Amino acid sequence: MTQLALVIDLNVCVGCHACVTNCKQWNTSGAAGALTDCNPYEAEPNGTFFNRVQTFEVGSYPNTETVHFPKSCLHCEDPPCVPVCPTGASYKRKSDGIVLVDYDKCIGCKYCSWACPYGVREFDEQRKVMTKCTLCVDRIYDQKLPEAERKPSCVLACPPGARLFGDVHDPDSEVSVAIRERGGYALMPEAGTRPANHYLPRRKQTLTIRDEELYRSDNPHKIDGAPFDLDLPPTNEELN
Amino acid sequence: MPSPIHDPIASPMPDASTEMRTTTCYMCACRCGIRVHLRNGEVRYIEGNPDHPLNKGVICAKGGSGIMKQYSPARLTQPLRRKPGSERGANEFEEISWEETFDILETRLAHLRATDPKKFALFTGRDQMQALTGLFARQFGTPNYAAHGGFCSVNMAAGMIYTIGGSFWEFGGPDLERAKVFYMIGTAEDHHSNPLKSAIGDFKRNGGRFVAINPVRSGYAAIADEWIPIKPGTDGALIMAIIREIIALGLYDREFLARYTNSGQLVNQDESSQEFGMMMRNPAGDILNPLRPHNFYWWDRLTDQPVEDHAKGADPMLFGSHVMPDGTPVKPAFQLLKERVADCTPEWAEKITGISADTIRRIAHEMGITARDQRIELPIPWTDWWGEEHESVTGNPVAFHAMRGLAAHSNGFQTIRSLAILMSLLGTIDRPGGFRHKAPYPRAIPPNARPPKGPECVQPNTPLNGAPLGWPESPDDLFVDEKGQPVRIDKAFSWEHPLSAHGLMHNVITNAWRGDPYPVDTLMLFMANMAWNSSMNTSEVRKMLVDKQADGEYKIPFIVVCDAFQSETTAFADLILPDTTYLERHDCMSMLDRPISEFDGPVDAVRIPVVAPKGECRPFQEVIVELAGRLKLPAFTTPAGTRKFKGYTDFVVNYETAPGSGIGLLAGWRGRDGEKAMRGEPNQNQWEMYEKNGCFFQYHLPPSSQYMRNWNKGYMDWAQQAGLRRDNDPIVIHIYSELLQGFRLAAEGKRPGKQPPDELRERVATYFDPLPFWYAPLEDEQSDLKHYPLNALTQRPMAMYHSWDSQNAWLRQIHAYNHLYVNTHTAEAAGISDGGWMWVESQWGRVRCMCRYSEAVEPGTVWTWNAIGKSSGAWNLSKDANESKQGFLLNHLISEELPANADGRRFSNSDPITGQAAWYDVRVRIYPADAGEPEQTSPQFEPMEPVPGMGQRKMGWQAWFAGKKGEGK
Repeated sequence: MTQLALVIDLNVCVGCHACVTNCKQWNTSGAAGALTDCNPYEAEPNGTFFNRVQTFEVGSYPNTETVHFPKSCLHCEDPPCVPVCPTGASYKRKSDGIVLVDYDKCIGCKYCSWACPYGVREFDEQRKVMTKCTLCVDRIYDQKLPEAERKPSCVLACPPGARLFGDVHDPDSEVSVAIRERGGYALMPEAGTRPANHYLPRRKQTLTIRDEELYRSDNPHKIDGAPFDLDLPPTNEELN
Repeated sequence: MPSPIHDPIASPMPDASTEMRTTTCYMCACRCGIRVHLRNGEVRYIEGNPDHPLNKGVICAKGGSGIMKQYSPARLTQPLRRKPGSERGANEFEEISWEETFDILETRLAHLRATDPKKFALFTGRDQMQALTGLFARQFGTPNYAAHGGFCSVNMAAGMIYTIGGSFWEFGGPDLERAKVFYMIGTAEDHHSNPLKSAIGDFKRNGGRFVAINPVRSGYAAIADEWIPIKPGTDGALIMAIIREIIALGLYDREFLARYTNSGQLVNQDESSQEFGMMMRNPAGDILNPLRPHNFYWWDRLTDQPVEDHAKGADPMLFGSHVMPDGTPVKPAFQLLKERVADCTPEWAEKITGISADTIRRIAHEMGITARDQRIELPIPWTDWWGEEHESVTGNPVAFHAMRGLAAHSNGFQTIRSLAILMSLLGTIDRPGGFRHKAPYPRAIPPNARPPKGPECVQPNTPLNGAPLGWPESPDDLFVDEKGQPVRIDKAFSWEHPLSAHGLMHNVITNAWRGDPYPVDTLMLFMANMAWNSSMNTSEVRKMLVDKQADGEYKIPFIVVCDAFQSETTAFADLILPDTTYLERHDCMSMLDRPISEFDGPVDAVRIPVVAPKGECRPFQEVIVELAGRLKLPAFTTPAGTRKFKGYTDFVVNYETAPGSGIGLLAGWRGRDGEKAMRGEPNQNQWEMYEKNGCFFQYHLPPSSQYMRNWNKGYMDWAQQAGLRRDNDPIVIHIYSELLQGFRLAAEGKRPGKQPPDELRERVATYFDPLPFWYAPLEDEQSDLKHYPLNALTQRPMAMYHSWDSQNAWLRQIHAYNHLYVNTHTAEAAGISDGGWMWVESQWGRVRCMCRYSEAVEPGTVWTWNAIGKSSGAWNLSKDANESKQGFLLNHLISEELPANADGRRFSNSDPITGQAAWYDVRVRIYPADAGEPEQTSPQFEPMEPVPGMGQRKMGWQAWFAGKKGEGK
């Protein structure tokens, strides 16, 4: 059984919000649209975005990490938003595991957003329906698009390539390999929701310098003479 | 499970007419290729063009919000004239026709041109059409022209171009594909943002090590493997200490320095000589180019005697001190660098930068050892300028990037020169894994364009004899009068800022207001928000714009503003020209200006209109070509006196830099049938051919010409033939700058020719040091650092890098207002709460804003996002929009001028060498706002009303759905 999902690489996400607005522009005029903006040109602008980036700091100066954390519906394998829906509007597709809202059934009761432990549902105050990430279901199957472009809008936009898309049930897919080999993890496993989306953690590249690497036999000082007489670095001989 | 009623896949408008067109983005200065999808004629979706060499399909937050720019209610749609009888700044306008607009401009400008052309000043913002606007100014005959480089990053351009003949951004960059370690110093993200993001992503995935050196951990520093906080304005000290460590340990690339830099050239050390500090010239040597003689000496270490540089079989001494046969004492340039850095120990730098000496040593060792031990060898044969054949191209995989963080300080030029020298010491210039050039660079040091040389160059009804901007090579290239005083309104190319290659836009309004050096009549501003975030000292500049003389005439009599949007600045216009958006016009990213070249060859690009202009909007390019025709400027007029060009597109196709030169604005599809590249006769179908190719032209150099281009014979010959270079002499790196020494000698009275006024001699002699050095930012000397102990900086948030769209309905939901970020300890010590209202004060003014505690900023620095704060009612936002009530500009705290000297003279708050605006030098203190104060930012300004022709802004809510006719309703 297919389970489509996003894998988000926090190691290279720079928090540029490309995924946020490109999701918005694709979806507002697509099958899931329009995505309402409240007060677009007034105080407290606040609209519907299927995908948002949260930025926070971890640690204390100077050992601080600035983390950019893109968040959208995780397309849980066991989505708590589905059973709570009184009208059956909230559903998970059998064919590909995408969790969707049927706007024509939704009565805007918000049970689903209360049930979602991740806070990723977006209530449209104008249409009075619940909305959310569709994984761009209206473009990923579009045979008119070249295959390389049958991906969610956020994935195509992402400049550092921090967003992967594919079937997490296929062990050979790019996303499964990334999760397996790069420490991919799901959010809040304790909630028992089995999110399909995963995150890849930050990794740190360090460089070890060994003393004997500093001053070698091919050192140009052999030709030029050593500078700064009062502060000579150790020679190879001295190091040995 | 019952099937859904709402089909999540079906097209919501299956019968709509759809269309896709390629063009080039302009949501910032990055210039990515885009595909614009239209539905029923409305913009439905803008995506990155996968075939485009720059962005390869990706697109950023701004690019994805282009729809909200296109349909913004802040769009201007009609030419407007300040209402007769109304005061400037009152924002009262009446609609007029384009015909009236052109009549007003033609009459006024024709008079100025016939009397005193410099009374017309044309300054443009982030425009990418300087090939046209610069030509217009030149043909008009006014030297008072520049774009925004002077307040952006001219230090970066000049500091590197005067050292290695190229610089970061569109002229070169880090080769992250092959680098192993990457050091980003200071804020640099918005210069080439998408390609850099993509490159950093790939670099990190490939296991590269990324170190960010920055007072703030924001931007790309967030994903750095290591963040090294540094005190602002001290980068030069850090780099000098790293250079010292590299030399001390012998981690420099000796072969590279000896052959490709002037390290081995002999410098005259006879202090009594008029030639002191200049390179020794070998009368028997080959001068190669009479305009730029290359007859230098080396001291050959094999034969222990002076020889012609690059003599076959010779190898120069890099250290030591010698005496020429005629008795002149000399030293190799590298010896002088070594002496310069002798005292720049890591311990010395630690005290200045706040970075521990151990850390400085460690990163110096990382750089040096990676460069030496991870050498890249590509099996690409090439021949160097001196005829030596090399079997391979080698590279040392240490890459750097820097931009405004280093540039926007008054010590930025020398800091950036030190960076370019460090990069050269590591042997990384135009080599794989290091820094690589992009066409039209590398260019001569300095490039060949020179500014006008004196007041006589400005004559009624006469074009300038050269471009208004250029690169001075010697004091005689300065644009000064017989007393050494400035001729330009911004004092560029004067002794105050001799190498101001991009002008000083930040001083134009102040100087024109004061009439120093003289008043102007008409100031035309294009796409520059000079009454707001593009000016320093914003509150005072706004007063200058409306200030009057005793007779009631405005001190700046006539102000013309061209922009697509109503802004804080349009309120101060006497005439407003409504520009188009980027989706409504033709444009070109020209090889004559700032193209989008890649490392492996030249690339240029065009925009084509994908939607019709709104209302009466006209592209500024068309306005310029029309005005040039009406004014009968020679380059735009046939010998018979008729118009040469029908309009902008015709101009782009048919303009040639010289009659028959075959070089025009676009390099692709030249020749009668489009069969030639780079050079060829005009092709009447050129626009169509660009459009067919996705609106860009890419030329791939053969591998043998892709590297070492400063000294690559094959590349040089090609570049000269292609018109990228006038000459084909080698571009030897200036570790030691004899050019700077020339200015110093003039200041010391040791050089014939132009002399600085006496009061500027010491200044010029101090800063025109042929070797890099670190000095405290100039404002420090004139600030009470006990009272104002903190540095204050701005950065751009990524969703608004290099953009002018903070009013954009989608982007403003990401950043509707800004906090001042303060290190938690610093804020607590000042008694300011997280989220609380506070004051930030400099010697120039104070701003009330909200505080945000941060652990990602060094304790001596406070910072905020720039250009989020707006004036109430501007950009057609409501008067109570967050941007004006909670957002703020730091610019109110930053002066465009330094405090007056003892003699009352005020210098620009700029680098004394280049005139780069020193935005990042300001010193501040912070304290909590009182409990009873209004909870809104200060200063506030009189709210602006919409002007005629602007659309109604959508109140309450908006649900954009393209193609439902009538702008997405």
